[in-house]
Amino acid sequence: MWWAVVISGIYHGVNPGMGWPLAVSAGLMQQRAKALAVALLMMAAGHLVAMLVILLPFSLMVALYEWETEVRIGAGAIVVAMGCYLLINRRHPKFLARVHPARLMLWSFLAAMAHGAGLMLVPIYLQLCNVDTLDTGHQAANLLMRGNITMAFYVALVHTVAMTIAGGIIAALIYFYLGLKFLSRTWFNLDLVWAVSLIIVGTFGIYAAYTGH
Amino acid sequence: MNVRPDPTFHATAQLAMQAPMENYGFTVMLSPDGADSDGIAVVDLNSSSDTYGQIVHQVIVPTKGDEFHHFGWNACSSSLSPLTGHAFLERRYLVVPGIRSSRIYIIDVKDPLKAKIHKTIEPEELFEKTGYSRPHTIHCGPEGIYVSTLGGGGKDGTDGPPGIFIMDCETFEIIGQYEMDRGEQDKHYDFWWNLPQDYMVSSEWGLPPQFENGVVAEDLLSNKYGHKIHFWDLRKRKNIQTIDLGENHQMALEIRPAHDPKKSYGFCGVVVDTTNLQGAIFTWWRDDDGKWQAKKTITIDPHPADPDDLPELLKGFSAVPPLVTDIDLSLDDKYLYVACWGIGEMHQYDVSDPMNPVLAGKVEVGGIVKDTKHPNGKDFAFGPQMVEISRDGKRVYWTNSLYSTWDDQFYPDDEGGQMVMARVGDDGGLELDKDFYVDFPKGYRSHQIRLEGGDCSTDSFCYPNV
Repeated sequence: MWWAVVISGIYHGVNPGMGWPLAVSAGLMQQRAKALAVALLMMAAGHLVAMLVILLPFSLMVALYEWETEVRIGAGAIVVAMGCYLLINRRHPKFLARVHPARLMLWSFLAAMAHGAGLMLVPIYLQLCNVDTLDTGHQAANLLMRGNITMAFYVALVHTVAMTIAGGIIAALIYFYLGLKFLSRTWFNLDLVWAVSLIIVGTFGIYAAYTGH
Repeated sequence: MNVRPDPTFHATAQLAMQAPMENYGFTVMLSPDGADSDGIAVVDLNSSSDTYGQIVHQVIVPTKGDEFHHFGWNACSSSLSPLTGHAFLERRYLVVPGIRSSRIYIIDVKDPLKAKIHKTIEPEELFEKTGYSRPHTIHCGPEGIYVSTLGGGGKDGTDGPPGIFIMDCETFEIIGQYEMDRGEQDKHYDFWWNLPQDYMVSSEWGLPPQFENGVVAEDLLSNKYGHKIHFWDLRKRKNIQTIDLGENHQMALEIRPAHDPKKSYGFCGVVVDTTNLQGAIFTWWRDDDGKWQAKKTITIDPHPADPDDLPELLKGFSAVPPLVTDIDLSLDDKYLYVACWGIGEMHQYDVSDPMNPVLAGKVEVGGIVKDTKHPNGKDFAFGPQMVEISRDGKRVYWTNSLYSTWDDQFYPDDEGGQMVMARVGDDGGLELDKDFYVDFPKGYRSHQIRLEGGDCSTDSFCYPNV
């Protein structure tokens, strides 16, 4: 399932809504490539925190071994619900516009939360925990929980690194080679695709929980 | 909603300059006495078209006495802001306020030849949701559409200060007041901003009783019109500094920041200096300590005149003031155009060095005393007023009416609406195009112009020039 973690990272990274245009803007405003890199790192930090805020509560819940199927079905349902909400409510969150352009970490955190970016990882994460548990058999609950928390950090980290590399490549291409004309050309409206992705991932989570994989 | 950003949104001012030429202009049609309804004229600006330079469509509203003045787009290049995620809006609707009625019309111009009213916002809704009245300047920005107002509450608009309110950029619902801390701001006129640097600048005309029934000479001579500019933390909605340009600098109107968001300076036009009747331009900038500064960098002298040639209001001065009523900055931040409505001149200043502007070109047409004819031999009523520059900076359009009651005071014998165009030389200079002269239908005057696809006083850019 690690491939899914990496792919979701790339997917979030190329989405302009997760911030690569801000990195281009920061680089150009300060007229140095270093500012672009700093912006990417700040946004990565915000994104990482947003992933952990969502994943960690689930890592505690899956420790309730007897309720595992219910937890996974519930998680899948939440993800599907978020997707449906974004599908119906196509308005953009206005509060993002209130964030100062220099507070990139906060912006990235809020953008990820508002778009349910962390939720998209939940079914994938739960699947990884599940495989882990099957391998190790019935461990003590505290050991299991510790393993799950470590797993949450790994998943969030791998995902964020993949996202930052993907977004960074686009930002750097535009900054160094292609120019700002490509900014509007490469900017696609992913709102619909994003909402559908959440529904698909959530449905997969529920299916996997039912079939016990 | 589009799948790709609207092709008229540009990341930088430079890219906007390379965009295709404008095909249509939208110009206010004002019935000065409210005998007819106001409207928006669609003017053909495509020089290869058979109807070039003609009004090819009119949107006339059902109400009377609105007094259309300034207007703007629902969305512009600011939609490409990396922060707000409005990239998929369409530049499709004109937001047209009536400054006398406080009614706001939303006009759909997706097909300019079939432009039509999309929505009407009644004055009561504006009063109720904002406490403001007499909506004026429109800018599309981070939280939606921002609209400045000239009046507060109450019948004469003096119950509370005027300010800015925000409208939803998709539904056109009025959201509410913008300001959280207005400081000493108690009058309003224009505003504009620098989005990446997160500041806004606003200016002052006067309160409604000072302009609705004409200019109040006693108020002007006792320096009671606006003379301050205010600097705001855009997102905190807080007035961070107010600069008094000096009380003799009456009516600080248009605010024109440099289009390249890397720059932290801009200009403000002052209608008249009551000590010497000069018109003036101030350059404002942020210094190395982060403080805002302003300095007078252009003065335009009044012209001596025989009192017999002057309207009642000016007879005592034996001179005609330039009356700087509108300014506009080309997208390359190189030329500042200054409308001298009183003396009938349009000036072009090279402001490559914003602290030392140099007069680069000048056109004479209209004017209280000179009343210069257009090169095609026809009359030009009033003087050069609302000015708009094409994106590529090569064509400068302007109209002639200032404000219904003020037109009548300064030009009691003139009537009519005209829109003309001047061409800019490769190294500056300005020359009226003899073949471009739009005469408005009888009974109508003309005011602000907007160009299809954006112009030099609508679009805010979120990325610096490269």
